[in-house]
Formats: sequence, structure tokens, C-alpha cells
Amino acid sequence: MELRIDRTLVDRCRDRAAAIVAPVSDFIAAHSTVSVERSILRLLGVDGVGGEEIPVPNMIVDSLSADERARGVGAAFGRALAETGLQPRALGVELAAGRVTLSQFAATPDEAARGATRPFVEAALSRIRSRRVEREECLARLPQLPPPLLYVIVASGNIYEDRTAAVAAAEAGAQIIAVIRSTGQSLLDFVPFGPTTEGFGGTYATQENFRIMREALDEVSERLGRYVMLTNYASGLCMPEIATMAALERLDMLLNDSMYGILFRDINMKRTFVDQHFSRMLNAYSGIVINTGEDNYLTTADAVEQAPAVLASQIINEEFAHRAGMPDCQIGLGDAYEINPDLEDGFLYEVAQAQLARQIFPDAPLKYMPPTKHMTGDIFRGHLIDAMFNLTSVMTNQTIHLCGMLTEAIHTPFLGDRALSLENARYIMNTARHFGDEIALRPNGIIERRAQSVLADCEALLARVADMGLMHAIEAAAFADVSRPPDGGRGFEGVFARADDYWNPFEEALRVAQGDTSGPRGKALV
Amino acid sequence: MSRSIKPYGDTMNDGKVQLSFTLPIEWSEAADEAARQLVVKMGFEDVQVVEGRRIASGFSYFVVYASTPIAVDADTIKAPSAKTHAMSLEEIDAFVHEHIGRRIRIAGACIGTDAHTVGIDAILNMKGYKGDYGLERYHMFETFNLGSQVSVVDFVRFAKEHAIDALMASQVVTQKGSDIKNFTALAELLEAEGLRDRVVLICGGPRVTNLMASELGYDAGFGRGTVPSEVAAFVATTLAGMVHAGR
Repeated sequence: MELRIDRTLVDRCRDRAAAIVAPVSDFIAAHSTVSVERSILRLLGVDGVGGEEIPVPNMIVDSLSADERARGVGAAFGRALAETGLQPRALGVELAAGRVTLSQFAATPDEAARGATRPFVEAALSRIRSRRVEREECLARLPQLPPPLLYVIVASGNIYEDRTAAVAAAEAGAQIIAVIRSTGQSLLDFVPFGPTTEGFGGTYATQENFRIMREALDEVSERLGRYVMLTNYASGLCMPEIATMAALERLDMLLNDSMYGILFRDINMKRTFVDQHFSRMLNAYSGIVINTGEDNYLTTADAVEQAPAVLASQIINEEFAHRAGMPDCQIGLGDAYEINPDLEDGFLYEVAQAQLARQIFPDAPLKYMPPTKHMTGDIFRGHLIDAMFNLTSVMTNQTIHLCGMLTEAIHTPFLGDRALSLENARYIMNTARHFGDEIALRPNGIIERRAQSVLADCEALLARVADMGLMHAIEAAAFADVSRPPDGGRGFEGVFARADDYWNPFEEALRVAQGDTSGPRGKALV
Repeated sequence: MSRSIKPYGDTMNDGKVQLSFTLPIEWSEAADEAARQLVVKMGFEDVQVVEGRRIASGFSYFVVYASTPIAVDADTIKAPSAKTHAMSLEEIDAFVHEHIGRRIRIAGACIGTDAHTVGIDAILNMKGYKGDYGLERYHMFETFNLGSQVSVVDFVRFAKEHAIDALMASQVVTQKGSDIKNFTALAELLEAEGLRDRVVLICGGPRVTNLMASELGYDAGFGRGTVPSEVAAFVATTLAGMVHAGR
């Protein structure tokens, strides 16, 4: 099955995206955020919480003066490492307790600070590399079933219940487990600490929860003879910190979108752009596949009308990811099956959109999201709609397949709901495995014309955004009919300009690492 | 006069129901029997376990058909609906113009940590839902969509500062009763601020019923399938009643 599409139009879309992202990249290069700085501390080994459960990385970054912050926490912390001779974690404890302050070492030369920091930078990157090697070895020894890779969510609020649900889902055929976060977490400007057993609509993302789940999935992977992947959310105000924790605990995928938080969570755009860049540099190095969030354009507005916006967002996400050093095989661009089921030929439009993405991003592990908006309490109808979604996914060779739940509109999935959903997907994908290879699309038929019109409208949208500039275009509600001002939204106070002598030891090291293997690199994970 | 009814399979009063559930037990014939006995203990008769299988280690899934001996008297059951004044967009605008004489200021929000704006957007956004235009489209409604994750305190402060006539709280997430807690907190705060009697307070969400809403102290509750004109008609007629009563 192949759509005839105008390749020069696709190239023009990518040129437009490059023009859209370039000025934002300049902004990113001149700024940092409190969350990026806290990630640096976490990577160096700082962890734990101080008084009132405030994470030590937050306490340290919040203690910096504006001038110190503008030079980056790396230098100030490095000076303290040099002078005290403590390990980063122990130094963090001393700083949190107030027995040491960073400003007391202001006279220490930069070179000493950098020298004292380097061994810990090396140790962190080495740990991340070894996690990546572990994953590659697991995948070689315990190969996954062919894509679409079946992805389900667990969301009890209690990490130990989630663990039970995740193991059961893996046994029922799931290949990727996502632990949905508690609804409020994206707006927290800190990462909670330790194992957690209470959350709403999901479970808090903490490093310890990551570790607990990874350990359980490793066990079940060995037992099933196939590697089961783990996913969480690098979104919200702590995006780079989550990317850090995920790299250290061998998560395999992360939800990570360049604009989602801006549009749908009212997180400041400058904060998001800076945070997503450093997150993606880390993701690139740790071999983590990102999943972008284009499904959100469809759940909040009409799916037929929003199709060009989905494609435009995919192309912009791709450009941002490339600039952070991510190869195509780690860029899981999103889409969703959200067209109104009552629309005549709606299935044809879904096939058009999914196949269009497949052809425009041939090497990307596309992430396909299930129907949610038109799901009701009628679980029987919901199960049928999910079957059509499953058919579209296998026909168009989607890579990451989030299984729809028949109880989508009712509750966070029961263990039995997940099993039924996985059975539905396994049945459809097995019975129609090579259907897409066997059929040809009618030239100039409904599907092909629809794909061509989405592509043309996408190019027009990207041209408009390029003319306005991305930040102003978002302010003018060019995406999802949502308007966000450049200096509004949550987390703006945590964005700051870099001083001339700003230093991020990990950005520096990751650049060097990326330079060593320039161009598309890395082995395809999936 | 009473009208006793039971579930209908293919014969009047056969009481047939279908159940499906998961048991935390490895599948075996004994597991099927455990499922059957469980349903018998629930009070069902003629219990048939038509499907039982392993879905994970230590978990089995069952589909069961059974008959219930229980009936209800349909004529004594009351669940008042808030959707009693069916009017079109034009009729509602005319009604508000005549009976209130100014635009109604209505604010909607997903309160607490809930991030699911699908309900509030369906009611407020211009486009509406199921071909029924949203409140933004009405001449006689001035709408304020505060979006998701709005704290109850912020919502009430907004209502005060903007002289809001009608507050619309939405909850999609219901895990561990978070929806009830948030709805209750909003009603209580409005009461404490002395605003409750001066506003129309309504709630919505896929699990909301009008009965539940009235128990929580709301003027109305709107559940799944609600279209904007149903909400607009309720708000317009209720507010007109309040204006008439001099509140």
C-alpha cells in the first residue's frame, strides 16, 4: 500500500520546520532553567530530600544568587566539590543541612571547579552508557515480537499495585508498559522522592518507582523470553530531571513533546523549549525513544480539521529532536485514531493520515494512540472502535501501539480490561498481519486525495508559522486553537539568560559524544 | 399502582443478566466453580459460567449468565432530570433577553488536579457537541473557560472578581472519590464566602448524575451525553427564577 504524495512538498515542509525552529534554537542556546540545573546535580549524584520533603537538588538551585545561577550550578557546585573533597551526594546533604554554603567557595578558580567535577560527569555518562548496553543486550537475547508493539498503561496510584498490573499485562501480551503519572505532577516544580502509594489518575514518577518497575519488568522479560519496555513522562516542569532519572534507571521510552506542555498544560513556552532540548540530548545519549503528543490536538478539537496540525507538529518535533542529536530511530512521532465514528468513511481518513505519517517518516518508530474522545460507557461499541483502530495500525505499519481500552471513558483500566484489549489487538494484528502489503490504494481515490490535502494544508500552516515565528504563532493560537503568551504560563520564573561564562558540564560532554558519532546513528531499538 | 420489572433476556421476567469479572486465582475447573459459587452467593439463580480462562499468572477472567430473582417497582423510582426545559439556542437567547435583560456570565473549570477538559470544552466552546453549539455561540451568555487543574480557591476568587452568575465544575477523574471531594469543597467554599445563594452552581462529568449533584448541594448535575443547550436552558431558567425571587 503506497500513497502517491508530492515529495517536493514534503521537502518544503521540512525546510519550513527548519526555519521555524532555528530562531528558537538560538534562544535555547542562550538560556537555561532551574530544572536543567537540577538535572545537572542529579546527574552528578545529588539525591534525597531535606526538610519538608524538599528535594536536595531544588534546595541547592534555589539557594543560588541570580549571578551564580546565570553561570550555572555546575561551576558553584564544582568549587564546593574541589574545596571539600566530598562526594556529590554527601556534599548535597551538607548543603541541604546548611552546614556548607556554595557562596563560601566563590574565590576558588574555575579550573579547579571543572577539574573536580569531571570525574563525576564521566561516572554519570558511563552509568548511562552501561544502561544502554544492558538494553541492547537484553533486546538481542530476548527479542520483542514484531511491531506494532503493544503498549498499555497502568495507573493505580500505588507503585506496588502497578507492578502487579504491569506483570499481568506483560503476560497477556503487552510489550511496553507506561506508568501514567498522577494528574497534578506535570505542574510540580520538583520530583517527589522514594516509592509512592498514593496518586490520582496515576502514580508519581520518582526514581525509586522507576527502579521498582524496571526490576519487575526485567524479571518478567526473562520469564517470557522477550524484553518488556518501560515508559514514563518527560513532560511538565521537571522534563529534564525525568529524562535524567529515566536514563539512570533504564527506561526505554519517554513521552516528550516540544509543544504539548505549552498548549495543554499552560507551561511557559520558553521553559518548555529549553527543557525539551536538554531532555532530548540526554534521551539521545541514553538510547531512549521519545513519544511525541500529537494525539492531544485531536482529543481537544475536531480530528478531521486538525489533521494538518498533527502533521505540522510531527515535522516540528522531528526538527527539534534532530537538533538535540536524536536519530530518526529514536523519534516516536505521535498520532491518534480520534475521528468521530459516526462520520461516513472516517476509517478511510484514518488510514490516509496514518499511512501519510508512515511514508513521510519511514524510519521513525511512530506512536499510534487509540480512540478516547468518542468512547462512551457503551463498552461493546468501544471494543469495536478499538478493533478498527487496531486494523489501521497493522495495515499502516505503526510501530508503537497504545492499546485502546473498552472502558476508556469509565475508569482507569482494570486488570481484565487490559487483557481484553490486548486480546483484541493480538487477534486483529495476527489475522491481518500482511494486509497492508497486499492491497493497492486506488489512484486519486478518497484515501489518496485526503492524504494529499492534509499535506498541502500542513505546508500552508507551516508557512504561516514560519512567517510569524513559532512563539508568536503559538500566541496567535496557530496550534490547537490555544493562545499562550511567550512570557506567560507556569514556570517562566525558572527561565534565565546564561552568563558569558555559563557552564553545563553535561551539555559540553554530550556535545562531544554526539560529535564523535555525527549524523544519524544508533541502532534501531524497535 | 405498581409496575414490577426485572431484566429481560428473551422472556418477560426471566431476569437474565450477563456478568464479567476477574478473579485473583490461577485458572482451573475449580476456578470456574469458584466463579459460579460467587455469583450464586450474590443471589443469582441459574448461574452459567460460559467462559473462564487464564489472563495472567494468578488471574482468571470469567463471563457468566444468570437470572436474578429481584425486581424493582419502576413507578416509585425518582431520578429528577435537570434537562426539563428543552429550548433552542434562539429560544434561550430570547428567554434570557426577556427575563434577565442582560448577558449571563458563566464560568467553567476542571477543578482540583483533573486535566481532562473534554466536558467543559464540549459545553463552552463555540463548536459545541453533537451538532449543538457551545455557549460561546450564544449572544446572551458571556463565557469564561478557565481550563484544567483550577483550584477551588482560584475558581471561587474568579467568580467573585468577575461577578459570575453561574459556575460549572467538571470532573472526569473519579479515582478514590477525588471528584466528590472536589465538588464538595467547591460547594462548601461558596457557602463560606456567602456566594452560594447568589449563583447557579452546576457540575458535570461522565459519572455525574443530577441526583448526586443535588445531594452535594448543587443546583444540577449533567452526565454523559449532555449537549450545551440543555445546560444553557437550565442556567437561564434557574437564574430567571432567582432574579424573579429577588436574589
